[in-house]
Parts: sequence; C-alpha cells; structure tokens
Amino acid sequence: MSNVYVIGGGESKYGELWDRSLREIAVEAGLKAVENAGIRTKDLNAIYMGNSLGGLISKQEHLSALMSDYAGIASEYVPSMRIEASTASGGAAFRQAYLSIKSGEHDVVMVGGAEKMTELYGTEIIDITSSLVDREWEAFNGATPAALAALSARKYMMDFKVKKEALAAISVNDHANASLNENAQYRNKITIEQALNATPIAEPLNLMDCAPMTDGATSVILASEKYVKEHGSKGVRIMGSAISQGPFALHSRKSFYTVEPTIISTKKAMEQANIKHKDISFVEIHDSYSIYGLMALEDLGFVEKGHASEMVENGIGINSNLPVNPSGGLKAKGFPYGAAGVSQIYETYLQLSGKAGKRQIKDATCGLVHNMAGSGAASVVHILGVD
Amino acid sequence: MGELSRMWREMPSRYRMQGDRCGNCDQVYFPPREICPVCHRDSIGKMKDVDIDGAGEILSFTVVHEAPPAFLRQKPYIIALVKLKEGPVITGQIVDTVPEEIDIGTKVRSVFRKISEDGKSGVIHYGYKFVPE
Amino acid sequence: MSGIVSYGSYIPRYRIKPEEIARVWGVDPETIRNGIFILSKSVPSPDEDVATISVESARNALRRGGLKGKAIEAIYVGSESHPYAVKPTATIVSAAIGTEFSTFAADYEFACKAGTAGMQNVLGMVNSGIIKTGMAIGSDTSQGAPGDVLEYSASAGGTAMIIGRENVAAEIKSTLSVTSDTPDFWRREGQPYPTHGERFTGEPAYFRHITSASKMMMERMGTKPEDYDYVVFHQPNGKFPTRAAKMLGFSEKQYNEGLLTPYIGNTYSGSMMIGLSSILDVARGGNRILAVSFGSGAGSDAFHIEVTDEIEKLHNRKVTTVRDMLKNVKFLDYAIYAKFKRKIVFGEEIE
Repeated sequence: MSNVYVIGGGESKYGELWDRSLREIAVEAGLKAVENAGIRTKDLNAIYMGNSLGGLISKQEHLSALMSDYAGIASEYVPSMRIEASTASGGAAFRQAYLSIKSGEHDVVMVGGAEKMTELYGTEIIDITSSLVDREWEAFNGATPAALAALSARKYMMDFKVKKEALAAISVNDHANASLNENAQYRNKITIEQALNATPIAEPLNLMDCAPMTDGATSVILASEKYVKEHGSKGVRIMGSAISQGPFALHSRKSFYTVEPTIISTKKAMEQANIKHKDISFVEIHDSYSIYGLMALEDLGFVEKGHASEMVENGIGINSNLPVNPSGGLKAKGFPYGAAGVSQIYETYLQLSGKAGKRQIKDATCGLVHNMAGSGAASVVHILGVD
Repeated sequence: MGELSRMWREMPSRYRMQGDRCGNCDQVYFPPREICPVCHRDSIGKMKDVDIDGAGEILSFTVVHEAPPAFLRQKPYIIALVKLKEGPVITGQIVDTVPEEIDIGTKVRSVFRKISEDGKSGVIHYGYKFVPE
Repeated sequence: MSGIVSYGSYIPRYRIKPEEIARVWGVDPETIRNGIFILSKSVPSPDEDVATISVESARNALRRGGLKGKAIEAIYVGSESHPYAVKPTATIVSAAIGTEFSTFAADYEFACKAGTAGMQNVLGMVNSGIIKTGMAIGSDTSQGAPGDVLEYSASAGGTAMIIGRENVAAEIKSTLSVTSDTPDFWRREGQPYPTHGERFTGEPAYFRHITSASKMMMERMGTKPEDYDYVVFHQPNGKFPTRAAKMLGFSEKQYNEGLLTPYIGNTYSGSMMIGLSSILDVARGGNRILAVSFGSGAGSDAFHIEVTDEIEKLHNRKVTTVRDMLKNVKFLDYAIYAKFKRKIVFGEEIE
C-alpha cells in the first residue's frame, strides 16, 4: 500500500484570543496550511476537523462544514466532518484522514483542529470540561478532569515514592521549550520552585501542573505518495498510526497510573513503523496534567513504570537524549482540547522538516506523537519520519 | 433548564447503590452494567440487581479547589476513589472531615447527601457520598 | 400490642456555639447560656437537608431493627423545612430505603410536632390493620433569622420510628393530643424565616399544651410522675422542658436522658423524637416513658410508652446511638456557619 505524507501545516496564535472567533481561527489555520503545503483549496478531497467542546462552549456543532464554508470552498462541495474523541479529537481526526488516503479513496486531505475555550466567564467551563469524563458516575459526583489527574498523581507518588519535583519538571520543560515558540500561549520560563508553589487546583496538583484554557487552531495537509511524486511535494512520512480504547472512567481501570490504550497504540504504531525506541528522535506527549507526562513516558515504553522521574531528572530538554515536547507541550504552548493532537503533529512535521527555528532538534529523523482522551480512556499514537 | 429523566432513571443506583452481579462469573458491578465485560455475550440476560452495602476503603484522594458551579459552597472538597467491600471501585466525595484526617487506606461508609441542585427552582439531585468510619 | 419496633436518629456533625453567634451580634453570651441553656447547636452541612437527614435516620432505624426497606408499608415525614414546598420528602425516603411501589406516603407539617403526628398516624394504621409496619420521621433543618434569638437554637437533626405489631421493643400503650389556635410562632408561605411571639411562646403556648397533654395522659393511664422511668418533652431550648417537668413533678433523673437541646439545639420536628431515641438507647424492658411533643400553632401529642425485653436485640445490633452522635463533632465559626446555612447568598447564575 502507498505511503501517506504530511506536506504542510499552519496554525493560529495559541492563547486567549479575545478578539477572534472559533470560525476565524479555524479558517486561519486551514488557509495557512493550504498555502504552506503548496496546494489549492479545491485540491482537497476531504476535511476532518478535530474539535471537542464547540457544542458546549460555543453552542456550535458541525464545525467542519462551517470552517470549509468560511474558508471559501463551499462551492467545491468538499466532504467534511468533525471527529470527536474529547482531548484526543485532533489525533483521532488525523488518523481518520490518514486512513482515508491509505484506503486509496483520497489523495489530499486537510486535518483541522480548533478549540475556543475562553468564551465563557464564571466556573461553568469547569463543568463543561468535565464532560470528557463519565458525566453520570464521575462528574456528577464532583470529579473534574483535574481531580481525576490528581487521584492518579497521589497514588503514583505514594506507590513509587516520587516527589512533586518530578511532576514539576514536566511543566518546567514545557515552559522552557515554549519560550522558543512564537505561537505558544506561555513563553515565560518557570523554575521548579515556581512550579511547586503555585495555587492548588486539585491537590497534589497545582496551577503549574495543569495545562491552561487555550484558544487555538492548527491544520495540516496530508497527501498520498502518488500525489507527492506527481507534484514534487516535500513532506514527512506517517510511519505508524494507532488508536486504542480502554475503560472510560478512571475507577474502572486496573491501574490508576497506567493507560493501557497508550501501551497498546504504541506497540501497534511501532510495529507498523518497524522501529525501536532508540530510533525515535523526540516525542510530543499529552501532558494536560504533569502526572500524565510521567505516565506517558512510561506507557510509551521509554522507561519502566515508576521510573519516569529518573528520566526527567536526567533531562528532557531540546538537547537531551530524548527531547520531550519541543513545541512547549500542552502546558505552555497551550491546550485547545480538540486541536491539541493536530498541534502536536504540526510540531513534529516542523521538526522533521527542519523548520522548527530556534527550537530545532538536531538531526531529528523520527518523532512520536501521543494524544490522549480525558483521563486516559483512549490514546492515539503516531510516528512520523523522514524518508 | 435542568435534567429530569436522566437523573430519575439512575435513582436506584444513586440513592441506595443498587449494582448488579453477573450470573455467569459472579463479578459485582457498580454502577450497574448491561453486559459483563468479562463474560461478554454469555452474560446477556444474566445480570442481576444487587444491593451494595456502602462500606469501602480510600484508594486515592484529592482536594478540589477549582470547583464546578454545583460544588462552590463546599470547596475545597475531597474526591476519592473508593474500593467497595463488594469489589467495584467508584468515584465519590468524602464529607464531614478534613484532608488531614484521611489517607489512602482510610475506611469509609456511604451516606445519603445532596449532590447538586438545578438552580433555585429546579429539582434537587441526591446521591451517595462517603464519610470516614 | 403495637408500638416501636425500631428507631434511628441522625444529627449532623457540625456545631456552633452561642458565644460565636453572640460575638457577631454584640450580645453577651452569658445571657444566652443562662437564658436559654444552649451550649452548642447542630448545623447541617451544605449538602444536608431534611431529605438526607430523614434518610440517614431511616437507615439507622432499619439497621437497628434488622429490617429491609421493603418491610415499610407507610412513610410519613414531619418537618417545617421540607426541601420542596411541593413534592414530598417521603417519596425520597421511600426510594432511598427501597420500599415497595405499594407504599403509603405523605409529608406532615405541624411546626415541631409534625413527626409525632406521623407516629400517631402510623400507629392508627397499624392498630386498624391497614398496614403491619410503617415509619414516622421527624426531621428539620430549622431556620432562625440572623440576629434573632432563634438563631442560637434552631438546629438540624431527625429521628425515624418504625411502628408495628411484631417484635415491639417499646409498646405505645396510649396516645392523645391537644389542639388550639394559638399564634405563638409561624412562618408565612414564601418567607425564609419564622416569626415568634417572644414571651407569648411560653405560658399560653408551650407550657399550657405540654402540661395539659401530660396531665391528661396520666389521668387516662392512672399514673403519677413517679410511675415513669423517663420523661421527654419538646425542647425549644434548655430551660422550657426542665421547667415543664418540674411543674408536673418530674425529677432531673427522669428528664436528663432525653434532654439534648443544650448540646444540639432545637431540632424542631426532630426534638422530642431524638430525646425519645436517646432514652430508648439506654432503656430496659419494663421501663415506662412519658413522651410529649409540642408544635406551635399549637398542639401537643402525648405518648405513654412501655419498653419490652425486645429492646435488648436492638441494642445488640450496635447502631450509632444519639450519645455517639454528640461526640466527635466539629465546631464552626460564624462565617463558615453562614456559608453552610446559605445566609451568604451567591450570585444566582453560579449556584
């Protein structure tokens, strides 16, 4: 079967974009991606939009149709649909686009990710974000996404005698990398002390353990091997793609700090890519909460369960053995729920194309992207590489 | 406006912790499941209601400071994973105590409490919470 | 003979002291302590109301009686602070304890004697053969306006009495009521706090009804005060019930066990019933109890009760007693108390 490539991408600024609407940022990212990939909008065979909370926050569904209309291609009648898998919507949408090309049905497909999270005032947004966990048996009883992450964190820290510093290091690294990313929401570097002494959110997690509310949109363009050859496009190859689904609620899982879908997706994607861990140049991991960063490094197989703190202590910066979240991660580049997965892919594309500017990782040839849904109900893993 | 039937149909489980048991493998589920994740189709028609006692043990807990609207008057409040005597693990609030008085391993029992209200004129939602033994 | 088959109470864990309330309103706390003899009062947590207190009381009663909810054929909940103006608390209790669909149920209101009115109702149904076993609950999260003298006493708690014909632990040998239209205390529809007639609540209201009903019962039963091991009255404060007892010729030994208001405040519909519950916690077979409630507006319900040896079985089940609930309490300051009692109003849009 033919290969599938990412041939371009683009994104809006990430942050609190008070003067910009959901449709505006979605269109901006889409048009930038089209331009960057050197295609015309009419070349698109399909559009897949990753979006998680548009219906609840903006009371707007069918974002894919809205975006394609405002991108000026309604008259092209390009099929479009929104893919929803909570915070893994972006990764899931990317995988659907990949499959549509892999199947031979499409040659050029856009994946958009967009989320507008600052539209509401008050605490209602906390209730809305709780829709990505089990509404009846978790959120109803007062559990928020942060609370569930904190439940994992407390158990993890106790079982493996891990100090809070290890969690903080994930956030410190994100901020350091984001300082080099012009589009990032938070470009300030933070110290371990700052990370440790922030306002509590859900103990033991504090503000610096939690990814922010972000407005942002990112789009990437995928193309078939045939299209790339015919048009002389440059791109990075999708070497592996997998998604896996486990128990929905945290309380239904065998372990509160192991995300089985991450383990399974990683295994599948790495088999497809036919690579080993040492072949991976860097990772973009889903660290919506710092504890999830540690858990991800373990579930992705880079280190044994309970030992991510040692890896983090040894360094995970851009010049380390395994740079983590060169984009700035969900904590500092920003966390627009349904867009995050596409944002990670875009960063990986930039790194592998040598277009990452000041944060460019030297000799990056292969990147792994991990996008997780909620507290770990599902995980999407992609491996991208240079040919 | 608020939600009626959605809450009403869960009352047996919310009010008195009615779970179910797979007639094939004897595993107990709370919240109840239509199908046993162990026995799959072999459990169809064999899931039987079972009363959960409400006694359990804290497996992990957190103190929530950023609360959704329904919980503002109680914040900071404690959310825990509680392993029930019958086997299932569930998520619930720990009340009538302070974080310093509980830990992983603390024995708890269920109590009947108000969970949330649909504004000042809507219905009141009741359910289970836990207190230390 | 029919009577109490089992009983159970619930008192919230939180307390506030009168000196803390007095501090806020610039009142000398000694005048409160001495004037109404209240040392602390119970405060419901923000997630507690009459429905939750009723359910916890009902569950304690079922546990103590070794009974399942399905045994209960009728539920009457007396309160002046039902969470809904329209929609019964009794249905919530019914669902929470798991009674059959075929169940008699209603809410009662008669100020502080709505719970004992429920007891009479269930007793009547049992005696007439309509049901075998029923439950009457007296429960309140009573209201006192900030700064009003009621604020020092209005508290929260409840008791459930399971009444039936089999395995009776305390026979209700007789009950009677007195009723008059006496406006000593009321709350108009839609008003958040009640209004009271201050000293008018004493002589023409509380004392007249309590002492009349007590005397009528003793006359009917041919008993004298010394024939009773325990006596318990409605307890709006720590002073009224002891004065009524002395007026009738009862001694401290007889009324002390059931006198709880000094520690938990006035639990309104729960008041006399929690006192009775506390007495049953220590009573032995053969003990006689005179129990008289009072509801403003006004009326009293009197009960002549004789404890049987079955009470030992209830004690042996080791369910939380009233005295247990007086221990291990948590004291609040006025600010947290005001938050818990919704005296601090949040914006409508956020709660």
